[in-house]
Amino acid sequence: MIAIIKYNAGNIRSVQNAVNRLGYESIITDNPNEIKAASKVIFPGVGEASSAMEYLKERKLDELIVSLKQPVLGICLGLQLMCRSSEEGNTVCLEIFDTQTKQFPPKDKVPHIGWNNFSELKSSEILKNIKLEDDVYYVHGYYAEPYDNTLAICNYIVPFSSIIQKDNFYAMQFHPEKSADVGEQLLKNFLEL
Amino acid sequence: MLKKRIIPCLDIKNGRTVKGVNFVDIKDAGDPVELAKQYVKEGADELVFLDITATLENRKTFVTLVEKIAKEINIPFTVGGGISTVEDAVALIQAGADKISINSSAVKNPQLITDLKNRFGSQFVVVAIDTKNVNGEWKVFTKGGTFETTLETVNWAKEVEKLGAGEILLTSMNSDGTKNGFDIEVTKAVSSSVNIPVIASGGAGKVEHFTEVFTKTQASAGLAASIFHFGEIPIPTLKNKLKTQNIPIR
Repeated sequence: MIAIIKYNAGNIRSVQNAVNRLGYESIITDNPNEIKAASKVIFPGVGEASSAMEYLKERKLDELIVSLKQPVLGICLGLQLMCRSSEEGNTVCLEIFDTQTKQFPPKDKVPHIGWNNFSELKSSEILKNIKLEDDVYYVHGYYAEPYDNTLAICNYIVPFSSIIQKDNFYAMQFHPEKSADVGEQLLKNFLEL
Repeated sequence: MLKKRIIPCLDIKNGRTVKGVNFVDIKDAGDPVELAKQYVKEGADELVFLDITATLENRKTFVTLVEKIAKEINIPFTVGGGISTVEDAVALIQAGADKISINSSAVKNPQLITDLKNRFGSQFVVVAIDTKNVNGEWKVFTKGGTFETTLETVNWAKEVEKLGAGEILLTSMNSDGTKNGFDIEVTKAVSSSVNIPVIASGGAGKVEHFTEVFTKTQASAGLAASIFHFGEIPIPTLKNKLKTQNIPIR
C-alpha cells in the first residue's frame, strides 16, 4: 500500500490517479499508523511553505515524516519542506536535506511554469531511463539550491535542485504525476525501489 | 530551457465537446475524455476545458467530467467557465483540476483572485482577459465578450498579477476566429508589463502565427481551438516545425 500524505490544500487526487494508473493501490491519509505501515510514502505539496509546515506540526506529521524508514517521495512543495528552511514565510522546515529554499529572482517570468529539461543528471536507480533532454512539468516560485545530494539539476534563471536524494528520502521539484511519459517513468522508478 | 507551451482548448456543453472534430482514430468526437487523451498522445503540453453552459444543473455534470479527465490524463489541465466563488473552485480542484480560470467574476469581484490564491496558491489561479481595441484603446470585456468594462487591458493585467494570479490567458477579440494570427500588439504589451506567464489566444490559423507570437512577444504559451479540433494543424506537425525554427518546444 502506498500512502499519500493528506493536505488541506491542493490537488492530491492527481498523485493518486497517477499511482493508480501504474497499477498500485494507494490511500490518501494523515493517520500516523497508516503512514507508518505503508510500503512507500508520497509527500506531495501545494500551497505555501509556512502554512503547510504549521499544518504538519499540528498533526505531528513533521516528526513522523523524518522518522520514516521506507522510501519517501516529496513532490514540489514537498521537496522544499524537506529542506532546512524556506524563504517563503521564513519557515524552518523538516531539515532532511542540507540545503535551503529561496525565491527566484525576478529576472524572467516567475513562477517557473511549464516544461523544462535537466542540465545535470547523476546516475541513480530513480533516474533509470531518464535522459538530460527529457522535459518535466514545473510550477513553482521558490527553488532549492543544488548541494551534494542533488541528483538532477534544472536551469531556470539559476541552476536549482530538480531531484534530491538522501538515504530513503527522495524529492522532485516538478510534478511527475503531470509530466506525461517521463513523469510516469520516474514515478515507476520510485514505486519499484 | 523552459519550453513554449502549445495548449488546445475544448469548449464543453452538457458534458460534451461542442465543436465537431474529425480525428480519424476517435470513436466519439463529442467525448471530451477521448479527445483529451488524443491530444495528450499528440504532444499537447496542457489542456483547457471551458464549460460554456455553466448552469447550476450542468455544473455537476462538469465536475463529474473533470473527475474522469483527471483519472485519464497525465498532463496539467485548466478548467473554466462559471466559477464565481471559492466553493466553485474547490469542487473543481477536488475533482482533479490543476488550475482554474476566472474571467467575468474576477472583474466583478477582484478579491476572488486573492481569496483563491490564499486558499490554493497562485499557481492554481489563471485570470482570463478578453480584450478588444476600442478607438485605439485596449479595453477589457466580460460576459463572453458582450460587455465592455471601463478597464484598460494592460492596467488590469498588472492588477491581477498584484492580486495573486499565477498566469494570464489573454484573448484578443479582434483576432479571435479570424485565423489571421495572434494579436501581436496586445500580447506584446501585456506580456512585457507583467512578470507572470501570459498565454496568447485568439487568431491562430497557421504555424507561422505561433512562430510570430513566440518570437515577437514574451508569451509563454499559445492556445487554440478549431485548428486543432479540425485537424488543420496537427500538434506534432506544429511542434516539429517550431523546433526547426529553434523555438524551444517539448
